[in-house]
Amino acid sequence: MTVPTPESGPHKRVVLAEADIDRALTRIAHEILEANKGSRDLVLLGIPRRGFPLAQRLAQKIAAVDPAVDPDLITGQLDVTMYRDDLRRHPTRSPLATQLPPSGIDDKVVVLVDDVLYSGRTVRAALDALADLGRPRTVRLAVLVDRGHRELPIRADHVGKNLPTSSRERVRVHLAEIDLIGGSAVNEVVIEDRV
Amino acid sequence: MKHLLSTQDLSARNALRLLDVAEEMAAVGEREIKKLPALRGRTVVNLFFEDSTRTRISFEAAAKRLSADVINFAAKGSSVSKGESLKDTAQTLEAMSADAVVIRHPASGAPARLAASGWIDAAVVNAGDGTHEHPTQALLDAFTLRRHWAQVGGTASAGTDLTGMKVLIVGDVLHSRVARSNVWLLTTLGAEVLLAGPPTLLPVGVGAWPCTVFYNLDDALAERPDAVMMLRLQAERMNAAFFPSTREYSRRWGFDDGRLALLDTLGLDDTVIMHPGPMNRGLEISSAAADSPRSTVLAQVRNGVSVRMATLYLLLAGDPHDDTHDQHDDLTVLIPEGRTP
Repeated sequence: MTVPTPESGPHKRVVLAEADIDRALTRIAHEILEANKGSRDLVLLGIPRRGFPLAQRLAQKIAAVDPAVDPDLITGQLDVTMYRDDLRRHPTRSPLATQLPPSGIDDKVVVLVDDVLYSGRTVRAALDALADLGRPRTVRLAVLVDRGHRELPIRADHVGKNLPTSSRERVRVHLAEIDLIGGSAVNEVVIEDRV
Repeated sequence: MKHLLSTQDLSARNALRLLDVAEEMAAVGEREIKKLPALRGRTVVNLFFEDSTRTRISFEAAAKRLSADVINFAAKGSSVSKGESLKDTAQTLEAMSADAVVIRHPASGAPARLAASGWIDAAVVNAGDGTHEHPTQALLDAFTLRRHWAQVGGTASAGTDLTGMKVLIVGDVLHSRVARSNVWLLTTLGAEVLLAGPPTLLPVGVGAWPCTVFYNLDDALAERPDAVMMLRLQAERMNAAFFPSTREYSRRWGFDDGRLALLDTLGLDDTVIMHPGPMNRGLEISSAAADSPRSTVLAQVRNGVSVRMATLYLLLAGDPHDDTHDQHDDLTVLIPEGRTP
């Protein structure tokens, strides 16, 4: 826990450190395997941007438990930009790539992976995007952090950490695959006060 | 971006962003369900004062794949043939709350007039104005070239530009809005542009353009271009004798079977032949060249839909009144540059 200094900007506290994230993902990987009774038909789709590295990490952990699994063949990325209900409220966003595993998603057990579950609107968009790509047998949701404040009837199946927050706060997830802070790759979940 | 009127004022950053979005749109075109809900409830009007097949259906397919409603308006059979002015037509469309107007007009500058006049609040997309510009054609050509260039280099095309590429544009540059739009856009993207054509079909002031001019096609081919873009001989705009006969034009400036063989002789295995269509087979391009594996004509048509989807998406999907940086850092956001006239 760091003491905020005047130059550090908004008040910021780390709620999950690297080891905490790793433990949470290990547990989620086991939960996914348990709920699915094995790795059969599993497909992990990360929602850009931070859902994708999380899906890759989960796939690695699943492969560590079940050597028959090739992590690259069960991981994909699902871009939901075009399906958002708030496109008109923001400057135009560039869509990112959607990449499905070679096996496709028809009749698979798709686990959507995202970093933070908040209003539930991103997941709603993801469900719509999924329907245009195929027809999975089951769709589940795994998130690293559930911070509450749901605006839609959506619930996660696997949660790394439930984090009661105020809507004035902002939850940020930093992952080494994407985030460089001060020149070094970090893995952490922090809560900041909104400026 | 509020309007897309020309490629001359398109920055490299905006052009690359559009091409990158078009890559994602192309991926949608390969899916079973080729539809996105991004523009649901928005209205796109295709306002065509000049004949067109591929550009109009390409824009129509693009708008429909993004779930927009499309109204097609052709000047023939409309009130325009009764003498209605562009202003009154525009105000009618405004009253019908069109969100975007895709306009093709025989007068250079008509789209710019529409965008700047205040007659209409919609986003204006230039689909060809007189002999001025045809920006979406240049963008789809750039998209096609970029994919080819990335394939030759063995890299992924997203995010790359055309640096190091040599593109030869041949034929009726004088009447060609495609050539103008391509000269500006391809140079912005880092390509080297060569022009070749008879002096009578090159515009006054071509020396000031950022390209090298050749008055002999075979000399230009000896420069080893990576792509040869044949322009259509625009007989409908020719009200003077620009060359002695079509037979002579074809022999001196047509991409015939001999020149197709010359590419092999020169060892230019990766050089592609482009044509914006519609082709005059046997005149500016021979059937063997048009149907050869080097020809990108059909790829250009296919890419046209992706590029036009990207254009409509970038113009219409976001908040038209908010140009600030997005707060949501989970998605890559680029600040739109103010290009409102």
